[in-house]
Amino acid sequence: MTVTPEQAFAPRDLGPVGDAPTAAPHVIDVREAGLRETNRILRESDGTGRYLLTAPRGAHALAVGLTEPDEVVIDGPTGYYTAGMNDGAHVTVNGNVGVGVAENMMSGTVRVTGSASQSAGATAHGGLLVIEGDAGARCGISMKGVDIVVGGSIGHMSCFMGQAGRLVVLGDAGDALGDSLYEVHIYVRGRVESLGADCVEKEMRPEHHTELRELLDRAAVTGVSTGEFRRYGSARTLYTFDVDNASAY
Amino acid sequence: MQTAPADPALRESATFPRSVIHEIQRAAATGIYDIRGWGAKRKVPHFDDLLFLGASMSRYPLEGYRERCGTDITLGTRHATKPLRLDIPVTIAGMSFGALSAQAKEALGRGASAAGTSTTTGDGGMTAEERGQSSKLVYQYLPSRYGMNPVDLRKADAIEVVLGQGAKPGGGGMLLGQKISDRVAQMRTLPRGIDQRSACRHPDWTGPDDLAIKILELREITGWEKPVYVKVGATRTYYDVKLAVKAGADVVVVDGMQGGTAATQDVFIEHVGIPTLAAIPQAVQALQEMDLHRKVQLIVSGGIRSGADVAKAMALGADAVAIGTAALIALGDNDPRYEKEYRALGSAAGFYDDFQDGRDPAGISTQDPDLARRLDPEAAGRRLANYLHVLTMEAQTIARACGKSHLTHLEPDDLVALTMEAAAMARVPLAGTDWIPGRAGREL
Repeated sequence: MTVTPEQAFAPRDLGPVGDAPTAAPHVIDVREAGLRETNRILRESDGTGRYLLTAPRGAHALAVGLTEPDEVVIDGPTGYYTAGMNDGAHVTVNGNVGVGVAENMMSGTVRVTGSASQSAGATAHGGLLVIEGDAGARCGISMKGVDIVVGGSIGHMSCFMGQAGRLVVLGDAGDALGDSLYEVHIYVRGRVESLGADCVEKEMRPEHHTELRELLDRAAVTGVSTGEFRRYGSARTLYTFDVDNASAY
Repeated sequence: MQTAPADPALRESATFPRSVIHEIQRAAATGIYDIRGWGAKRKVPHFDDLLFLGASMSRYPLEGYRERCGTDITLGTRHATKPLRLDIPVTIAGMSFGALSAQAKEALGRGASAAGTSTTTGDGGMTAEERGQSSKLVYQYLPSRYGMNPVDLRKADAIEVVLGQGAKPGGGGMLLGQKISDRVAQMRTLPRGIDQRSACRHPDWTGPDDLAIKILELREITGWEKPVYVKVGATRTYYDVKLAVKAGADVVVVDGMQGGTAATQDVFIEHVGIPTLAAIPQAVQALQEMDLHRKVQLIVSGGIRSGADVAKAMALGADAVAIGTAALIALGDNDPRYEKEYRALGSAAGFYDDFQDGRDPAGISTQDPDLARRLDPEAAGRRLANYLHVLTMEAQTIARACGKSHLTHLEPDDLVALTMEAAAMARVPLAGTDWIPGRAGREL
């Protein structure tokens, strides 16, 4: 255990959680309890729980399918699909995460203090995913309403076929950002390697500064001006197939 | 639809028949490939090329209507704590709300439930009508993840991870804007009226090792209760089945090239994939080599029409079959009573395949509320239940004739092939011989 329960649930770490549960922290050693038992305990919680998961050792499918507003801190790096399909829980990973963190999340928050592998927040419908480090390729792929804030940079083909939600990147974006985009709002502070098909830079109007400010505040990002960001979105030329657009595919 | 030429002296080209000429002309005029529904229309080796060896002297038949022939099956016995028990080995394949009307989805649920079998959601999420009327419902986990959520996942009786479809292995979907109604748009998180492109591959995994972890995640979310199916389009079936099983599938679904679709390119439907007949022996071989045949169940789909097809698929080694196009026809698709309206759309009853247009006169492949209201879910459900009962009784009749007291007792030894192609693909002897192409002869 690199943090004590008291440190793990210190008020400064709560971020966007809001009204935190008040129950005493429940420490689960994932190595001893095993994946199925750990997930069973979390799944059967009533929403007032505070859980500190220690020794995750890169486990896949940890804290998946949670449906109550419990607070879960995972102290160490995790594997694939951490907090997958989360629907209401507030999950923090002290470390890096593997592929597909918070995939198909419906609501709640997932915060990663390290970096994420590819497909972070894939197809997620709602909630807030914060990655304090970098995210790999295809971050926010097919996102359907989730808000994603990445403190570092993101890889290529990010937000590919993104349908709804907001993607905020404080670092740089790789090739083909927002390819075949639908209605996602993308904000990038750094350099964009290239834009994908049908993705264009758009004007930052006052409502976009307001939206971005609110997202940065929810993600507990400080010391950054919304004026440092550029906005990208869909040109909507591929919404209805037209043979004249065939070269875009 | 084509009609015969008036002048008998006119000679049609075998290479350029009128259907080909029409397609070239259409492509030249529009600049876009033909998109349509239904399945492959070309003739390929199929179950019709197989025959059963009814019992005479060397085998002993069972008495029809007197001696029992079991039809029940259990799917998901490998890992799931709540396997799916069905009264008949005929299931309803995944067809989406969006491609189909809510009434059609409800009718599928009603018919399947009345016959004691399952239906499957499709690429559009789970509707209340469908869950409400389906006693056993398989929830598809598709690349697009439209309407996917953990609440519905837990409401399902089984989960089917879809990697491919027989009509278009390797291809995604295309739901044209005219079918994106407010409700469909809301379920799919898309603006109303745009063309919706479904992804061809899952966005958060890239291969079989990732699939194993994805299946683990789905099991963890659902407490290891529900069977997890993996569905593949029939192509490199031997390898795909082995990898699906290695990844942890409880059930493998193999969909042959005759399988239907709501909408994709005609060239895709007709030229990608292998016939159902050719895929089954490959799948069975893979399972047998892993010592998991009958332990990991095999569902076969793609062109199943009659109880004979059901029995033949099971004799080749399938545990169950799934029907899609045939189920739609049972509901009322291509019904001659709408002949005038099909003609007005440039088609005819028995030929209508423009499911993507959303103007289906039968109210099945549409989101037009006026058209959809034409389909009475109760009456259509009864027709489907009748059809499922007929399929089952036909299969039982054949099984009894082969001396089998359960449909799962049918075996390859009960079959022979009419053609060399079918004999080679199905790996059963050519009728009247002991010759299986590609294999050495055997003692009779």
